[in-house]
Amino acid sequence: MVSYFKEVLVGFASLIGGMAVTIRYFFKPIVTVQYPREKITMTPRYRGHTQLVLDPETATHKCIACELCARTCPSQLITVKGVKVDAKKKVPWQYLIEYQYCSLCGLCLEVCPTSALEWSNEYRLANFSRQDNVIDLLVRLQKQQRLAGVAVTPIPEPPAETEAEASSSGEVKE
Amino acid sequence: MIAGVIGVIALVAVNALFLIWMERKVSAHMQLRPGPMEVGWHGAIQTVADALKLMGKELITPKDVDRWVYLAAPIVIFLPVLLSFLVIPFSQTLIIRDMNVGVLLILAFAALSVLAILMAGWASNNKYSVLGAIRSVAQNVSYEIPLLITLMSIILMVGSFSLVDIVAAQGRYWFVLTQPVAFILYITCATAETNRAPFDLPEAESELVAGFHTEYSGMRFALFFLAEYTNMFIVSAIATVFFLGGWHGPFLPGLVWFFLKVYFVIFLIMWFRWTFPRVRFDQLITFAWKILIPLAFANLIITAFILKLR
Repeated sequence: MVSYFKEVLVGFASLIGGMAVTIRYFFKPIVTVQYPREKITMTPRYRGHTQLVLDPETATHKCIACELCARTCPSQLITVKGVKVDAKKKVPWQYLIEYQYCSLCGLCLEVCPTSALEWSNEYRLANFSRQDNVIDLLVRLQKQQRLAGVAVTPIPEPPAETEAEASSSGEVKE
Repeated sequence: MIAGVIGVIALVAVNALFLIWMERKVSAHMQLRPGPMEVGWHGAIQTVADALKLMGKELITPKDVDRWVYLAAPIVIFLPVLLSFLVIPFSQTLIIRDMNVGVLLILAFAALSVLAILMAGWASNNKYSVLGAIRSVAQNVSYEIPLLITLMSIILMVGSFSLVDIVAAQGRYWFVLTQPVAFILYITCATAETNRAPFDLPEAESELVAGFHTEYSGMRFALFFLAEYTNMFIVSAIATVFFLGGWHGPFLPGLVWFFLKVYFVIFLIMWFRWTFPRVRFDQLITFAWKILIPLAFANLIITAFILKLR
């Protein structure tokens, strides 16, 4: 008789304990992010695709179109084409990454002599066609500059091609 | 009388729409989710959209069903639910008809829903439906006994079967203060009577698809759904009338107090659902016969003693 009532009371107490847990959760804040309406900021270490660093001093990129990134890329998905602006300085007039091949290894960032590349925190990377995955980093840089409110760097004209250059210009892909 | 019928039907529809939304919101918040958010303010008219979709669905009658029983079951489950509203006192004056056997009427009609579930399960010609129906009958018959006995202790205290008299007797204090054990027993039995988790074996979705209403589609399924949520309202209304003092309460009008209490009890039942796991069938029957019925009898006898001594 005593054990019967003890069992009932202990069972009842455990039920109340369970209900205390659920009511505590009931008043906790929601963790769901209502995605299209609210977005979370990505962590600093997040690896989206690469992008050109917006140098705060010069308000433009630091790329010297040396093509080291293009040469070191194991998937050979980077296309850098430079144009000489004077005897010493070279700037890219085209910087394309074909992101669908990218394995996010980060070798391009490591090899860059001027540290001109960084990881973006872009995560909306779904596309309808393969062509949409080709990202023009110079165009993207212009967007970054507009967001930062600094002067937009115009994309330089491609150099006038000669016959010899056309065959061996910045084409890296085999 | 006509106004009463229209009012009850409107109440049943609005109540079901609200309860489904509330259930989804309560379950969501207990799992740290927001629940429906897209249709209307915080998904408030999501259930309206769902109901419209259900009405647009084809009414499928499977081959080899017991046709007339199959068609009658959704109606049979819905009618007693409507009739129970006849005697519920919503406020001091708002009651369709005060009967001196009000409690008996509600409980007698509530027992009819077992018949409808059995009809639906049997007529569907589906083994899962029959299993669900069999479980439902065993469960409801078992749990009706402690339910009636716990209510009997209140009836002993008041000396009347009329719901209005029972509420009127709680002017000074609510019976939940003097009969806490009866209240807990009643809520437990009511959860089982409405086939709600943790006693939702008749429609245990992880083992029986949907139990007795597996083969129903469209509006016929909606009637079962409507009856289930209206049953929840009725058992909560009885809990309010018997234990929580019905329309009694300070400041607000009686009708508001009544609905506040009813929805509090409904919240309690939803809270159970999202806390407790479903019991096994033998545990279910053991719980009714070995714990609920002896406790209910003990409660009744002690009540009778105290009333006699006083």
